[in-house]
Amino acid sequence: MKLKQLEGLLGDLQQFSNPNVELEQYPTGPHIASRMLFTAENSYGDITDKVVADFGCGCGTLSTAASLLDAACVIGYDIDLQSLETATLNAEELEVEIDLVQCDITKLELKGHQIVDTVVMNPPFGTRKKGADMEFLSAAMKVASQAVYSLHKTSTREHIKRAALRDFNAKSAEVICELRYDLPKLYKFHKRKEVDIAVDLWRFEPRQN
Amino acid sequence: MRLITHNMLSCNIKGVANGFPLKIEAESVIEKEVDFNPDFLRHMFAKIEWKALVEAARSLGYSELPEDSPAAAAEDESLLKKLHHALLELHLEEGALVCPETGRRFPVTRGIPNMLLHEDEV
Repeated sequence: MKLKQLEGLLGDLQQFSNPNVELEQYPTGPHIASRMLFTAENSYGDITDKVVADFGCGCGTLSTAASLLDAACVIGYDIDLQSLETATLNAEELEVEIDLVQCDITKLELKGHQIVDTVVMNPPFGTRKKGADMEFLSAAMKVASQAVYSLHKTSTREHIKRAALRDFNAKSAEVICELRYDLPKLYKFHKRKEVDIAVDLWRFEPRQN
Repeated sequence: MRLITHNMLSCNIKGVANGFPLKIEAESVIEKEVDFNPDFLRHMFAKIEWKALVEAARSLGYSELPEDSPAAAAEDESLLKKLHHALLELHLEEGALVCPETGRRFPVTRGIPNMLLHEDEV
């Protein structure tokens, strides 16, 4: 599948009908999602024929992308049932299989850490619940056996790198590229029509246990 | 929810030592065919909890898997097909996952298990 085709398909997905600001529910746009997964597969071989987990999957944008790139199995985890129901509709619409689990991924201890090859995620940035971004990263590093792809604010770059290498068992922590995350005015308190945040696309490799 | 997902889930209630595997109460199960990928399945043999899978498949009405994880799985195509079916083609749509230690039920609705814990369970 070509990048443009993937981006086009992801653009048709339904997004949050009633976003919850406390959970930092923002859609992962098709531009970022397609590039993230396309890079993960084309540069690193981390998606096709792999077991891919999507932490904080929301409406399933990253999960759908992984499926379209022929992951062997995709499992999305999210705390919000309404989002998971939208993810179900999205999967049906694009005729892909995605298992979905409702849970608090920071408290769910997944067994069999060799089953999941790759974790992909667009986690909360920690603007509402402090430290949420680190909790998600910690959880992902415990589950993935090959790689973790994650988006974090560029302003937290040094902090993330240090934590990953020192505390979260990372063999490597690389910023693959810097992206602009367009956030449209979703919430009443947003003053500007849209805002542009600099985010890093990270690739972490866990040390083998 | 398919059994590859179930194979990773356990009960995380505070203090529970034996929360795996979760027992399955199946009310509604459907089957959906997906492409057979033998290389992928060969890799899965070493990674999955076999007994948990056999028991879970039985709960969903599929009893073709051998009790013991076979040694020479890689060569046996018919066994790989059974693994394929159990792991990837059976969907629990309605029912519950039950903690073997506490009996706590995690409901499964429209294929989605709800693993959220109550405040006093965390």
